[in-house]
Amino acid sequence: MTAHEYDVVIVGAGGAGMRAALESSQRASTAVLTKLYPTRSHTGAAQGGMSAALSNVEDDNAEWHTFDTIKGGDYLVDQDAAEIMCREAIDAVLDLEKMGLPFNRTEDGHIDQRRFGGHTRNHGEAAVRRACYAADRTGHMILQTLYQQCVKQEVEFFNEFYVLDLILDADATKARKGADVSVVGVVAYELSTGAIHTFRAKSVIFATGGAGKVFKTTSNAHTLTGDGMALALRRGLPLEDMEFFQFHPTGLAGLGILLSEAARGEGAILRNSTGERFMERYAPTIKDLAPRDMVARAMANEVREGRGCGPHKDYVLLDLTHLEPAHIDAKLPDITEFARTYLGIEPYYEPVPVFPTAHYAMGGIPTTVRGEVLRNNTDVVKGLFAAGECACVSVHGANRLGTNSLLDINVFGRRAGIAAAEYAATAEAPPMPADAADAVTTQVATMRATVGGAGTERVADIRKALQETMDRDVQVFRTNASLTDAKKKIAALRERYASIAIHDRGERFNTDLLEAIELGFLLDLSDVVVAGALARKESRGGHYREDFPTRDDENFMRHTMAYARPNGIKLDYKPVVVTRYQPMERKY
Amino acid sequence: MTVTEDAPVGEIATLNVTIRIKRMNPEGTPARAPGESYWEEFHVEAHATDRVLDALHTIKWQEDGSLTFRRSCAHGVCGSDAMRINAKNRLACKALLKDLNPSRPITVEPIAGLPVVKDLVVDMEPFFASYREIMPFLVTTGHAPTRERLQSPEDRAKFDDTTKCILCAACTTACPVFWTDGQYFGPQAIVGAHRFIFDSRDEGQWDRLEILNDKAGVWKCRTAFNCTEACPRGIEVTKAISEVKRALTTGEF
Ligand SMILES: Cc1cc2nc3c(=O)[nH]c(=O)nc-3n(C[C@H](O)[C@H](O)[C@H](O)COP(=O)(O)OP(=O)(O)OC[C@H]3O[C@@H](n4cnc5c(N)ncnc54)[C@H](O)[C@@H]3O)c2cc1C
Ligand code: FES
Repeated sequence: MTAHEYDVVIVGAGGAGMRAALESSQRASTAVLTKLYPTRSHTGAAQGGMSAALSNVEDDNAEWHTFDTIKGGDYLVDQDAAEIMCREAIDAVLDLEKMGLPFNRTEDGHIDQRRFGGHTRNHGEAAVRRACYAADRTGHMILQTLYQQCVKQEVEFFNEFYVLDLILDADATKARKGADVSVVGVVAYELSTGAIHTFRAKSVIFATGGAGKVFKTTSNAHTLTGDGMALALRRGLPLEDMEFFQFHPTGLAGLGILLSEAARGEGAILRNSTGERFMERYAPTIKDLAPRDMVARAMANEVREGRGCGPHKDYVLLDLTHLEPAHIDAKLPDITEFARTYLGIEPYYEPVPVFPTAHYAMGGIPTTVRGEVLRNNTDVVKGLFAAGECACVSVHGANRLGTNSLLDINVFGRRAGIAAAEYAATAEAPPMPADAADAVTTQVATMRATVGGAGTERVADIRKALQETMDRDVQVFRTNASLTDAKKKIAALRERYASIAIHDRGERFNTDLLEAIELGFLLDLSDVVVAGALARKESRGGHYREDFPTRDDENFMRHTMAYARPNGIKLDYKPVVVTRYQPMERKY
Repeated sequence: MTVTEDAPVGEIATLNVTIRIKRMNPEGTPARAPGESYWEEFHVEAHATDRVLDALHTIKWQEDGSLTFRRSCAHGVCGSDAMRINAKNRLACKALLKDLNPSRPITVEPIAGLPVVKDLVVDMEPFFASYREIMPFLVTTGHAPTRERLQSPEDRAKFDDTTKCILCAACTTACPVFWTDGQYFGPQAIVGAHRFIFDSRDEGQWDRLEILNDKAGVWKCRTAFNCTEACPRGIEVTKAISEVKRALTTGEF
């Protein structure tokens, strides 16, 4: 075992982690631990854009952006956080440009902007051009640019290090309200050697990204297994609003690969089997550019009512055929290539089969607007921060608007980086307990010992069954019956997980072992998603209960706070911060 | 994105393929010495729309969990899974089985020229070290403007192609000069430098060109075109390299 010490340890090198590192490494000794090479992080898959009211092509302002974010989030957004994000958006984009990000440009050389779902002029009048973009590779450019700046600043990375435990100086499940609980550090597993490392730090930032792999059909990478969220949960910390998962309308049918909303921003249209532009019925004003939850449900509904396309009538069509091929090549080159490569379809001439795909976790580790992690409704864990998709500030509420996540990771990644370094400047790190690595050492040894042992279960089979359960029971439409069924099935899968056997006993590059550990994270998080969804007897944003089809502000305009306790998930609630926007009906 | 094992759109034929994988376990197996490399064949039932990555997953998840490879996004944007497939560098997640003459065994090997760590995993550090050496970041002098730096669409277009690079190393490890010459940066580093040299906002061109003019640099390229063929992002690598060569001789960008 090797022991390390830093002022700040950042877990994750996606957009949020690297944006934080750029700040904290200027102010404090900083290490970035990441299970992937930084440039492999899934921020690189983001396509369509990053929003900011720059007003480069149309009149716009941060207040309109704030309103859209809150309304898009179906009023579960903490309004103070949304105000900050939309105000700081402008500098966040300009900072990236100054770092070298190659945005698309207007004729007069400014950053170009385009339309995206739910972003409107003057509180809903019409769609507005707010998304700054680089073709359909905006996330790629953000990830590359931030990595380039990290190279320039000589940020210290520990690549292919899997963080498997979070060390606090007190048991968060027992700490009284108001008592001090501080971070001590993390325990990591080095993939190339199998060695275990402890990292003691005054501040730790979790920036571990999403958890899309709890579902089968998803736009998320194989590696998005919600590690940071699950580790926090296991250490007694709450997760907020996990029942809110975004299903993106336009995944390639059957595959889940994303086709950005930018396609519709550039004029593409959704059609059913009769050729009808069905979104006109569901959102008369902004039609195909309504927020994602509404479009995804509309699509699922078209299919359910028999107006789906294809031999099984199980998808709808995204029609780009009326757009100029040159325009498609300039603005949407990658996603049209996905259609060609994976479905053999030429989008110039043929509409593309699409269906909703699990895309984004609105919920996550609850934080303040400075990125500090909450251990209950009011107390923070001293020195522990979270940012990006693994965190819940909450700026996305019940449904995230497109382009607001690339914004979130930059604004709150930066804030967490600054706050972590500032805290480290004043704090003393508690000592690393002598037995800090024991839990991970035992976990890894136990997993290795299953090789050739009595276990009969395969990791891949359990994972597949879990993902299929989640797709069937916890997707766009949910009911008490489907969720109860999911709960039972997950409990059964947990039992099977106890008797898995892996194949690879090796110390070096044992991905077999890590997939087994990641499955443990997925099981834990699925439980939280289902528990929150069962208890939330209303429909709001991405969470739609057919047995409770309307929003119920009286009882449910509040955040879910879920805790893992020995006898299951315990739910509590936290008030939503309202500054100036009273809830109203969400019509588009 | 993610796998789904069921047929995607419409009815899809299944395909029986043989995958021959070049393997190496640094710790050895009951049958093999540590570090010994050997070929192993697997038979996989696949859908016609499946990619090589799906077949590797089927093997790992159903037959042999010790089969080791990197992967993440599974749709050609993260650069994790460059491999030598039927003797050509490709991303396993973008190579469809049906396009690989599946009636014959499909061979899968690690990319060449970097030390093999285990099975299809190589040590990428030498590759990233070359990338870091060419100053892969915007260099500017003077005060930063309050708003964005302006750039015309025409100027933006000059380096568009090389911004697409995902650092997968398919180009560099397809280059015969890189295989034989331990000093050469390889094509990716030149692509990485091109992306900044031709960016109208950048002021570090001369430092970068000097690095590339060096003995490890751009003049080692013998225009074999392997890199351009290997690039899964369709970057015209050889063209970028010749633009850098031209900039060095003419001083014009
Ligand atoms: C296909 C796609 C398109 C998208 N398009 C857009 C868009 O156009 N606009 C927009 O705003 N949003 C978009 N999003 C959403 C947005 O891209 C993500 O929410 C955002 O990039 C997440 O960034 P992150 O830094 O939080 O996480 P990630 O970029 O996923 O990074 C997570 C990091 O954590 C590390 N990590 C994870 N677990 C561990 C562990 N146990 N130990 C150590 N390290 C660990 C990983 O190595 C990685 O470096 C898109 C998402 C997808 C999937
Ligand atoms: S897995 Fe990301 S490029 Fe293939």
